[in-house]
Amino acid sequence: MVESLSGIPLDSFYGDELRPGEYPYTRGLYSTGYRSKLWTMRMFAGFGTATDTNGRFHALLRAGGTGLSTAFDMPTLMGRDSDHEWAIGEVGRAGVAVDTLADMEDLFAGIELDKVTTSMTINGPAAICMAMYIAVAEKSGVGRGDLGGTIQNDILKEYQAQKEYIFPPRPSVRLVTDLIRFTAAEMPRWHPVSISGYHIREAGSTAAQELAFTLANGFAYVEAAVAAGLDVDDFAPRLSFFFNAHSDFFEEIGKYRAARRIWATWMKNRYGATNPKSLMCRFHTQTAGVSLTAQQPENNIARVAIQALSAVLGGTQSLHTDSYDEALALPTEKAARIALRTQQIVAHETGAASVVDPLGGAPFVEWMTDEMERRAGEIFDHIDQLGHGSMLEGVYAGIEDGYFVGEIADAAYRFEREVNAGRRIIVGVNEFTEGDDEEANLLSIGHDTEELQLKRLAKVRNDRDGDAVNTALAALSTAAEQPDVNLMPPIIDAVRTYATEGEIVAALETVFGTYIETAVV
Amino acid sequence: MSDPCCEAESPIRVVLAKLGLDGHDRGLKVVARTLRDAGMEVIYLGLRQSTDSIVAACEQEDADVIGLSMHNAGHLTLVPRMVQAVDQAGLDVPVVIGGIVPAHDVPTLIEFGAAAVIGPGASAEEVVSAVEAAVARPTAAR
Repeated sequence: MVESLSGIPLDSFYGDELRPGEYPYTRGLYSTGYRSKLWTMRMFAGFGTATDTNGRFHALLRAGGTGLSTAFDMPTLMGRDSDHEWAIGEVGRAGVAVDTLADMEDLFAGIELDKVTTSMTINGPAAICMAMYIAVAEKSGVGRGDLGGTIQNDILKEYQAQKEYIFPPRPSVRLVTDLIRFTAAEMPRWHPVSISGYHIREAGSTAAQELAFTLANGFAYVEAAVAAGLDVDDFAPRLSFFFNAHSDFFEEIGKYRAARRIWATWMKNRYGATNPKSLMCRFHTQTAGVSLTAQQPENNIARVAIQALSAVLGGTQSLHTDSYDEALALPTEKAARIALRTQQIVAHETGAASVVDPLGGAPFVEWMTDEMERRAGEIFDHIDQLGHGSMLEGVYAGIEDGYFVGEIADAAYRFEREVNAGRRIIVGVNEFTEGDDEEANLLSIGHDTEELQLKRLAKVRNDRDGDAVNTALAALSTAAEQPDVNLMPPIIDAVRTYATEGEIVAALETVFGTYIETAVV
Repeated sequence: MSDPCCEAESPIRVVLAKLGLDGHDRGLKVVARTLRDAGMEVIYLGLRQSTDSIVAACEQEDADVIGLSMHNAGHLTLVPRMVQAVDQAGLDVPVVIGGIVPAHDVPTLIEFGAAAVIGPGASAEEVVSAVEAAVARPTAAR
């Protein structure tokens, strides 16, 4: 029996017309909501060398965690080795540096990979990191079929927003679908793509654009995987989403509710999915980093709490709360702890987890949900027209003609002008500004990491069998020339020779080319 | 239109770029539109630029000032390299930094030769006047 704080008994949901757990899932995926399973409090971590982050992982597991979430550094995310000229100043700074299988072995040393789930936030080189993770597991006697977790592997939003691309869109989507095919066949516990609106919103989009661009990318992956020969119900249950929790409370809640309804109706009606799991929009949420202010940073604790509450009332499956000092630097341990405590307060003190979709049926919330759906529908129509009836081709066209980046930049500029003109108030920035004179205590990362990582990389390059590396890389380039060959097996072969991430990327670049964005303001 | 007779009143020509791997371009795009709306000529190079490509653009475009946007904590490494590259090319072009720079690093960047550091939350007017101060003249209105 669940009761309110004052002892009033509570049902698991209220209202009879539309129920949670029923198609089209506007009110939630499950009728029992957070009563049967609280959202996962998955906090993102990574810094320095693989050994540094491995220490943090062990500490998290000792504290009772069962899920790991890996942040990679900028060179790793961009498919460049730590000794690449552009890596200077970036090694181990915003995440962990991974150049070869040796780093991945150190990153997960002493961790039973069949007992934890791991999330890896990486896109351009996702297939390479996935291959390294499989190779580490199999070296320790854990089969790939026993691995559970998520790899972000959402390349389309990189061209639209986050800009961490390597190859042009079409060969990149081939790598995504190769990974979807590979996991569908061999890794039933793995989520091969996390379709992400988070970065679209951070780059400046509106809530409706975040919703529409993200789901359009999802439809594009569905079409690509079906075109590669998969049945929609073979892979759709393993797709998941990642949204932003921004500051406009009811707009955000409407966005999450609309996302579930749109995904379910499109998957059923347009793509013919029949497995109910294929219709369910499962999502992770992170509070809006871009809403955090450098001025009076403690105010961000309040912003994060309200954003987190919107994600919970919107029915998120997992949540990362930002630390209050992240407008200034990577979070300190204390700031990260307050962020986690904020989730725990929402979960255990507010009662927000007691009843599923507690705002469902409120006229404004239902209207906002409908309005989000309507606005997203207009954007889908445009993308569908761009692609002449194909969402995949429409997304490619929108990337090529600058539609997505233009829409996002327009929205970002409109917002800044409104703030600048005082039509929007940002507390502590353009109003209520007294009290911003305290210097915050910030985390800084020294240069030792870079030197250490360069030595490790040089040693691996020296100790490995160079002929085996060259043979594996040549085989990978040959496979890349044949569009029907799944590239996961030759990438796994290459990482096992201790070929570097940069070398594997280069072997693919000779066939795929390199993407260079047309700079448009 | 600027007055062709009068060099001092021609629009300020500003090269805007992201140096290295950092892909956060929201702020730089907003700055580009802000400076353009204030009457400056904006040469927007965008992402993944090197010190060489930025210097080359300055020479080619006869730029008055460089604006660099930094969001990945690489400023202490990259800013001195940029200033050095400009000096080595024999250019007299100030470098203005924007983005996420902790307050205690600002004096260091000025010491390294940055003309100004514009922090998060700066208003459009503050951005425009920092660029005007760096080139020591107002831009001509278009």
